[in-house]
Amino acid sequence: MPDQLLFAMEVTLNGLMAGVLYALVALGFVLIFKASGIFNYAQGVMALFAAATLVGIMDGQVPFSHLINAIFGTDLHHFGWHVPALLAILLTVVVMIVLAWLVQRLVMRHLVNQEPIILFMATIGLAYFLEGLSDLMWGSEIKTLDVGLPQGINETIDQITFDAFGYGFFIDNLDIVATIIAGVLVIALMAFNQYTREGRALRAVADDHQAALSVGISLNFVWVLVWSLAGFVALVAGVMWGAKSGVQFSLSLIALKALPVLMLGGFTSIPGAIVGGLIIGVGEKLFEFLLGPALGGATENWFAYVLALVFLVFRPQGLFGEKIIERV
Amino acid sequence: MIYREAGDFSSTYVQDSQTFPIKFDRYRYYLVLAVAFLVVPFVINDYWANAILLPFLIYAIAAIGLNILTGYCGQVSLGTGGFMAVGAYACYKLMTAFPDVNIFFHVILSGLITAGVGVLFGLPSLRIKGFYLAVATLAAQFFLVWLFNRVPWFYNYSASGQISAPERTLFGVEVTGPNTEAWATYLFCLVFLTGSAIIARNLTRGTLGRTWMAIRDMDIAAEIIGVNPLRAKLTAFAISSFFVGISGALFFAVYLGAVEVGEAFGIQKSFLVLFMVIIGGLGSIFGSFAGAAFLVLLPVVLKVVGADMFGWPTDIVAHLQLLIVGGLIITFLILEPHGLAQLWRVAKEKLRLWPFPH
Repeated sequence: MPDQLLFAMEVTLNGLMAGVLYALVALGFVLIFKASGIFNYAQGVMALFAAATLVGIMDGQVPFSHLINAIFGTDLHHFGWHVPALLAILLTVVVMIVLAWLVQRLVMRHLVNQEPIILFMATIGLAYFLEGLSDLMWGSEIKTLDVGLPQGINETIDQITFDAFGYGFFIDNLDIVATIIAGVLVIALMAFNQYTREGRALRAVADDHQAALSVGISLNFVWVLVWSLAGFVALVAGVMWGAKSGVQFSLSLIALKALPVLMLGGFTSIPGAIVGGLIIGVGEKLFEFLLGPALGGATENWFAYVLALVFLVFRPQGLFGEKIIERV
Repeated sequence: MIYREAGDFSSTYVQDSQTFPIKFDRYRYYLVLAVAFLVVPFVINDYWANAILLPFLIYAIAAIGLNILTGYCGQVSLGTGGFMAVGAYACYKLMTAFPDVNIFFHVILSGLITAGVGVLFGLPSLRIKGFYLAVATLAAQFFLVWLFNRVPWFYNYSASGQISAPERTLFGVEVTGPNTEAWATYLFCLVFLTGSAIIARNLTRGTLGRTWMAIRDMDIAAEIIGVNPLRAKLTAFAISSFFVGISGALFFAVYLGAVEVGEAFGIQKSFLVLFMVIIGGLGSIFGSFAGAAFLVLLPVVLKVVGADMFGWPTDIVAHLQLLIVGGLIITFLILEPHGLAQLWRVAKEKLRLWPFPH
């Protein structure tokens, strides 16, 4: 086989795996959007916050230590203990649930019945707030996150492809693990949505708030639930990306990566988020591979958006979105 | 308030269609103009110009532009930073290609070029609405920033990839370059802001503004009563981008002097201007000023209070600032989703009845 084709195949594989991660972030958006009509811009910052909290708990950092030191002149840094990864993840989940409850209680409850754009702005405000909070609590330096996920080139795939084509594909172990975890999570979420009592309540609220209220579903509970779920998805996404490139501000930009995925797949569709993620993951990697050098590189920044934009002109509701019907 | 509407009766059409029908408002407007043009230039110093007044003037122009698109026409845009970059780079290319032409015309021309680009990226708005459109404008933001970063023609093949404004004069006084004086740059920007505000105010009162508002309130109904959505949306994109382009040109040429596109016109800038419009008040020219003033002053005040008074390290102040800005935005949206302009209206309404409310 010609080299170019082999490279393209390798790029496609990597793109598929990146796509699963995009899909994972996009899922967080879809969950909240379906249940409450809120487009949660803060999803990316939630991932950053979750990852930073996880690192902070694992290392036994004192929260707000910089601020406390600045005000009281003390010299606090660490508690001096190390929490095992699994326990730390559980604690972080608790933190994210508390956060979901607070967001629901202090912000979203007061904004019920506002226009969608106002709600969107509120989540941008929330994103700023969380970013500031995360920096104040755990410091803004780049942190390494190590929860024991395997890293480095996968020897088996390298070997197999080398035997088959005479060229070993470079595929990171972390990407494979991330893909598996993301896949499992997606399936679990879909099953939760489809087969549990809470999932049914969630779908009912997504369908019609008032009808759901009238049959005795607690809107507050459902909203806290979706924000917690989104927080959990953010944590998983944060761990994956954090393990890959360190916990830092750029982690919050994955939200921006997920937006075109959503547009492509439709804001209201879980399968849409997955297919959209895969299309964008493969598309942007292949585009960069084929045309990137000719155009000056770094096309990944905008390719997804332009693809989604062109796509939307022909199909405004996205691939799997509900058809937009306007009644007068 | 120290005035009542009673007693101000219009007897001619000219009187009836004035921008400020109440005498008190009109005189206050003249007073503000007089102070801004005749008093401030004499007392201004470099710190005030660079830290507060220039950013305020320039952001106010951008906020007026975005307010036309988002507040009046209802099309949410997250591409403001990208359009400001178009203005800045257009201005740079014009300044270096035609050094003999006056800088004033370059700024206007860059506004026009930005308007063209704005129309191009506004085309999808005819098919897609709401969030989808907001996200689609992000395409403009990322694509434009990438374009100016990667295509060397735009930055004249300079080694650093930066663009820096050459020295240009207006009536023999330098307004761009390193040797400018505070009052000159201030007046230069003020002229543009005053012009933009007057144009925007009058546009929004006229036919065009009404068609925008009709589209914003309900596009289908507007179409049925004969508003052409194509024309309304594209004019909104064009005029909005025109102002945003002017502000981008001024931001680069007069305020910063040298610009690296990703840093100066990144997505953060789009959000900043959007926040100004929202905190100030959607669909209000006064709101654009109020929002710009608020968000320009806030970091300065925080810095003065946090770093200078309490002596906290600057990184903590920066983080606190994020926290406070985010918190304030949420609080604002909860308490008064229509922004500072609405607060002002409510206060006026209350004072009008004072001391005898119903």
